[in-house]
Amino acid sequence: MVPLSWYLILSGILFSLGVLGFLLKRNIITIFMSIELMLNAVNLSFVAFANYWNTHPVADKSIVPLSGQVFVFFVMVVAAAEAAVGLAIIISVFRTRETLNVDRVNLLKL
Amino acid sequence: MVHQVLFIVFGLICVAGAINLLVQRHPISSALSLVVVMASLALIYLLLGAEFVAAIQVIVYAGAIMVLFVFVIMLLNAGAEERTRGSRIALFVGVPGVVVLAGTVGWMLVSGSGRLGTVSISSSNFGETHNIAHLLFRDFLLPFEITSVLILIAIMGAVVLGKREN
Repeated sequence: MVPLSWYLILSGILFSLGVLGFLLKRNIITIFMSIELMLNAVNLSFVAFANYWNTHPVADKSIVPLSGQVFVFFVMVVAAAEAAVGLAIIISVFRTRETLNVDRVNLLKL
Repeated sequence: MVHQVLFIVFGLICVAGAINLLVQRHPISSALSLVVVMASLALIYLLLGAEFVAAIQVIVYAGAIMVLFVFVIMLLNAGAEERTRGSRIALFVGVPGVVVLAGTVGWMLVSGSGRLGTVSISSSNFGETHNIAHLLFRDFLLPFEITSVLILIAIMGAVVLGKREN
């Protein structure tokens, strides 16, 4: 038996580390990986709440506990699509600028 | 008791991997520490009775997406991160903001943990593929179809962006 708040605190720590990486890192690929870390942290909250509502039934029948895990599935699909497009953008930025440092990439134009 | 020990071990591995992601200067080291974070998160999902989610966490996230990252890092021959100053607003407003946000959320969770209750390893085959498939293909059918269109658009976008212009 683990308190639900432990899982939520772990999720919060991972999310905060993701935001810090997003703000402090200067390599565009590492910044992108920080975004993936934040998505993972949110997924942990979803799964923890799915388990919680499964063991604590509520009167409201419109709450389906397992839908938390289905949302994780959708988040993963969106993350995969985002990774494909984002890495293609990174490749095309690198092709014109020869750098991965975000401080040297200050125009949206390719 | 076993549940708590397993949670603490894998949670610590998760946090250590995430901190290592921030500390490492070379992107390939960051990518490999992110794989560690994702693998230990998969084990935490197993503790929560989410077998299907744990499997796709390993296959899709730690497998497909991270291989794509490592592939791009090697393709671009990315070296160690340059040390440049970066944005001052991010440093002096963003970082304290994150600390305040994390502190507030953490304090609320710690002070309210008595009301939140506990989570246990369920023996009811709760998160097995059969149940998720029922929910996904019946109640969430329209969102599922829309995500397939999203994937199609993402593939076309990646092809167009990756094409070399002549």
